[in-house]
Amino acid sequence: MFRNQYDTDITTWSPQGRLHQVEYAMEAVKQGSAVVGVRSDTHVVLATLKRSTSELASTQKKLFSIDDHLGIAIAGLTADARVLGRHMRTECMNYKYIYETAMPVGRLALNVADKCQVSTQRASKRPFGVGLLIAGYDELGPHLYQSCPSGNYYEFYSMAIGARSQSAKTYLERHFEEFASLELQDLILQAIRALRETVSSSKDAELTSKNCAIAYVGKGDTFTIVEDEEIQPYLDTLENSDGKQEEEEEETEDAAEQTEDKPTDAPMED
Amino acid sequence: MFGGQDSKQHTVQPYVTGTSVIGLKCADGVVLGADTLVSYGSLAKNRKTSRLMTVSNHCSLGFSGEYSDFQEIKSTLEELMISEYCMADNIPMQPRAIHQYLARVMYEARNKQDPLYNQLVIGGVLPATGEGYLGLVDLLGTNYESEMIATGYGTYIALPLLRKAYRPDITVAEGRKVIEDCLRVLYYRDARSIDTVQISTVTKEGAETTEPFKLETSWDFKKFKAGSRLIDESTW
Repeated sequence: MFRNQYDTDITTWSPQGRLHQVEYAMEAVKQGSAVVGVRSDTHVVLATLKRSTSELASTQKKLFSIDDHLGIAIAGLTADARVLGRHMRTECMNYKYIYETAMPVGRLALNVADKCQVSTQRASKRPFGVGLLIAGYDELGPHLYQSCPSGNYYEFYSMAIGARSQSAKTYLERHFEEFASLELQDLILQAIRALRETVSSSKDAELTSKNCAIAYVGKGDTFTIVEDEEIQPYLDTLENSDGKQEEEEEETEDAAEQTEDKPTDAPMED
Repeated sequence: MFGGQDSKQHTVQPYVTGTSVIGLKCADGVVLGADTLVSYGSLAKNRKTSRLMTVSNHCSLGFSGEYSDFQEIKSTLEELMISEYCMADNIPMQPRAIHQYLARVMYEARNKQDPLYNQLVIGGVLPATGEGYLGLVDLLGTNYESEMIATGYGTYIALPLLRKAYRPDITVAEGRKVIEDCLRVLYYRDARSIDTVQISTVTKEGAETTEPFKLETSWDFKKFKAGSRLIDESTW
């Protein structure tokens, strides 16, 4: 089970110059079910795949509203995400109390990243085992950020994290340039299409109103979560347009096999 | 007199003060105006002290009231702007945020029974749209936004003139003239004012404060002459 002798302590470097505990935390993100984020010129949409522990249980929440103008989708340890979520809510409230204006999304992303970084440098701590997609709308428009357990954070046009997110990323890489001019409804469909890529690679599963939830925020829209029966119309629309999509999907699958990572990916991820 | 040597005396009365500040919100920005006099009591002591400051590219500030307290506020604001600069993320601070921040500062001081003895006028533009913003905070932390604002004696003399001149589509160029006229009238009527003034304009292009300049004045109005008014003929 041990990878090597340098991975039991968060603050001990390996001779190769790596922090294995931090890298393991990055792996925890990949264990969580997939979440996708896409951005147009006016909106950001998050699409998530919810898992449940058994047939008898409800599904695990993946989307959290932080403030009117901002929310997150999580992949990894949900319990850790709640801690970060509570922190983010407090930060937004404090900012609003002092300045009477909404906290800029980039500032909050930086704040969360700084919080994550602290737990990569103290012997008494462990890194957060969760990755976030932060979607928000502020003075400068819509923003999509990713934050990692390592303390890195990036802004994206589109991004997917979590289990089998690579196939969603492949879809996004092929289509993200079209997203800029899309209306909200079309952007939502694109987000769900990207998410579906992560499901279709495991044969017996499909997106349903039970296991899929989305959220959007943007110009004139506060952060809104759409789930359960409310999401069914989107899934129906998608199914109806499947005929047209089929050819395209075949192409996408071919591409998935020869994918390369985006150049901006975290160095910790290798 | 006021308690023993352990007691601490707060500012209960301002000594070194500036008089009115006036501001007008325009369609494409904001104009602020103030004279450059900082009086010691009724003595016109410091005649070329700026009462307007540029906070950022999008925001200016003017004060009336105690000068030392303003200096304190000024350094607090400069500190805030430096930490904003250090974020290095090109997110401009909105005038509204600066206004509300100052409101918190003023209210906190007031709650310690040690108010910062000022009225502050904040003028700016929204970086995204170029729309004007004009707000006021006073020594109690009271704060509001308005299309036209005047402090001190200006509340009586300049505010009605500003209200009369205001149109929602008034331009900064027009607004600058209105402010200059108001400062002139204030110079005629306010004994704590002088004729050297500064005007600050804030537009999308940036915040600019003029060097102190002298107002052109005329004293040969009929009503300014001795014996021209009823009151001069009265016997008491």
